[in-house]
Amino acid sequence: MLRLALKMLFGDHAKYLMLISGITFATLLMTQGAALFCGIMSWTFSPLRNMRAHVWVTDPKVEQVNDSKPLRDTDILRVRSVEGVAWAAALYQGYNQARLVDGTFKFVTLVGLDSTTLAGAPAEIAEGRLDDLRLPNTVIIDEFGVQRFSEGRGRPVGVGDSFEINDREARIVGICRTARSFTGGPFVFTTYDRIASYVPGQRKLLSFVLVEPAAGVAPTELARRIERETGLRAYTRTEFMWSTIWWYVLNTGIPINVGLIVLIGLVVGVAVSGQTFYSFVLENSRNLAALKAMGASTGILCLMLIVQSLAVGFIGFGIGLGLVSVIGYTVLQLGKVPFLLLWQVPVASLVAVLCISILAAVLGIWRITRLEPAIVFR
Amino acid sequence: MQLTPLPTPPAAVRVAGVDKAFGDGPSRTPVLRGAALDANRGEMLLLVGPSGCGKTTLLSIIAGTLHADAGEVEVLGQRIDRLRAGQVTRFRARNLGFIFQQFNLIPTLSIAENVSVPLLIQGLRPAKAERRARELLGRVGLGDKVHLRPAKLSGGQQQRVAIARALVHDPPLVICDEPTSSLDSENGRQVMDILRSIARDPNRCVLIVTHDNRTYHYADRMAEMEDGVIRRVLASPAEIAAAHAPQDGLGVTNLTAHR
Repeated sequence: MLRLALKMLFGDHAKYLMLISGITFATLLMTQGAALFCGIMSWTFSPLRNMRAHVWVTDPKVEQVNDSKPLRDTDILRVRSVEGVAWAAALYQGYNQARLVDGTFKFVTLVGLDSTTLAGAPAEIAEGRLDDLRLPNTVIIDEFGVQRFSEGRGRPVGVGDSFEINDREARIVGICRTARSFTGGPFVFTTYDRIASYVPGQRKLLSFVLVEPAAGVAPTELARRIERETGLRAYTRTEFMWSTIWWYVLNTGIPINVGLIVLIGLVVGVAVSGQTFYSFVLENSRNLAALKAMGASTGILCLMLIVQSLAVGFIGFGIGLGLVSVIGYTVLQLGKVPFLLLWQVPVASLVAVLCISILAAVLGIWRITRLEPAIVFR
Repeated sequence: MQLTPLPTPPAAVRVAGVDKAFGDGPSRTPVLRGAALDANRGEMLLLVGPSGCGKTTLLSIIAGTLHADAGEVEVLGQRIDRLRAGQVTRFRARNLGFIFQQFNLIPTLSIAENVSVPLLIQGLRPAKAERRARELLGRVGLGDKVHLRPAKLSGGQQQRVAIARALVHDPPLVICDEPTSSLDSENGRQVMDILRSIARDPNRCVLIVTHDNRTYHYADRMAEMEDGVIRRVLASPAEIAAAHAPQDGLGVTNLTAHR
C-alpha cells in the first residue's frame, strides 16, 4: 500500500511539483538564512581565528573581540606574574585607513604583534616571510587586502608594494590567509612597536594580552586565576568567541533580520505544502473513501499520507540543500558574502522540513478520519 | 439408507427492521423505516426503486460503511451491526467486493495496480497481488491492457477493471452500486453479462442497486423499494418478467437466455 501511496503522489505531476517546490523553497530560505547567520557570526570572532592564543586578557568592560578598551602597558607585566602563565604578549587591534598610491583610502583592521615573539601572527603566510616584519616600516596584508588594494590598478598589489597609514610608509613583505573581518576591512599585520607611528597619538595602545598557559595548566583555570589576581577580564578562546557571538546577537538586528528570513521560509513551507497537500487529499478523497470501503483501515490510509508527505519532505529538502550548496559554493568563490554551512544547519532545516511535512500530513489525516466511506455510493 | 442433508450455508445478507434517519431535530429525515431483505448465495439480487427511496442507504448499511439506527444486519452469517469499526473494516476487506457507479479507479495507478488493491489491503505481497490481478484482467478481456492507466480506457473497460478489482480476492458477496448507469447499452450489456456469470458461483451473492430497468431481466430475484421499505420481492425471473416488460435498451428479448 505504501508503494501505491508513492505512485499516487508521483502520478499527480502538478501537485507533486507544487509540493516539492514549496519544500525546496522553504529549505532554501531556512538553510540559506541560517548559513548566512553562521557566516556573519563567524566573521564577528575572526580575530580569534587569526591571532591565535589560548587566553585573551582585556579590560574588565570588554565583552567582544572587536571592541577594545586599551590596557596600561604595565598590565602585561602583571599578567606575566600570574602563576601558570607560560608567556604573555602584547596585541594591538584597531581600525585605521590605508592611503594607497593612487590617493584612495581603504578601511583596514590594523594588528600590532609583539615585536619580539610575533605572537598572534597569522598561521598561513601565502607569500613572503613572517620574519620580514622585523624590517623597518613593513606590514603583512591578507589576501582580501590584496583584492581591495588592487581595485582600479593595472596589476594586483604584492610583496614590495607599499601604501601609507597615518602618513607613514607601510611596505608589504608578505601576504597571509585570514578569516574575514566582520568590520569589512582587510587585516594588516605589523609589530606592536611600530603601531605608535601608524595610529594617531593615544595614551594607551595595548588592546589585548595574549596568554599561553604553562604545561599542565588548563586555559579556563588560568583565565580565572588571572582575573582574580589582576582584576582584568580574561577569556579563554572559546569563552571569548561565545561572548562575542552573544554580544552581536543581543546588540544588533542581525538575528532578527536573519530570523525573519528563516521564519518566512518556514511559513512558506507550511502554507504552500500544507495547503497543496490538503487539496491533494481533498481531490483524492473519493479514491481514499473507496479504499476505506474496500477495507483499508484509517491507520493504513494515515500511514499512506505520512509516507507521501515525508517523501515530499525528503525530496524537497534534498533539492533545496543542493541549491543552497551551489549558492554557498558560488558566494564563497566570490568571497564577499558570509556563508557558513555548519552540519547543524541542514540538520535543523531537515527537522523543520519534517515538521512541515508532518503538519501537512496531519491536515490530511484530519480529513481522512472524518471521511465516510459511504460517500462512494453517493 | 438415509442421506444426511448438507449444512446449508447462511444467507448472504439478512436485514430485518432496519431504520436509518439523517439529520437531527426538526431536520431529521427518516430514510429507512423497518427495511427487511434477504439475499442468498448463488443468486443475483437486484434492489430497485425510485431515486431517494433509500436503496443506496440500505446498500451502505449492508456494506458496513454506514450504521443503522435500529434493526439487525447479518452479512455472511455475521451480525455486522454488532462489530466494532475496525472489525467491520477487516470483515469488508475479506468478504466484500465493490463495484461503484463512478468506478473509483485510482487515476495514477495502472489498471493492474488498481485491481491488486484489495489484495494489498489484505497484506499480500505486491508481486503476488499483481499476478493475481493480471489473471482477473485476462478474464474480463483486458489482459493486454494491464499497464495502462484508467484514463486510457473506455467507460465500459473501466467498469470491467472495477469488476476485476471486486473479484480479485474472491469475496462471497459482491456489492454493485448502479454498475451500468454510466455506460452505454453495449457496454452495459457486457458488464451485466460478466456480473451474471459471477453470480453463477453457488457460494457468491451479487447484490445490485440499480434503477436501470434494462438490467432487470438479468436478476434471479428483485426487491422493490419505496419510501424506505421493501414493498415487494419478485422471487423468480418469471415474476420479474411478468412485473416488468423487457426493454430494448440492452437488445434483450429472451429473459432466460442470460441465466
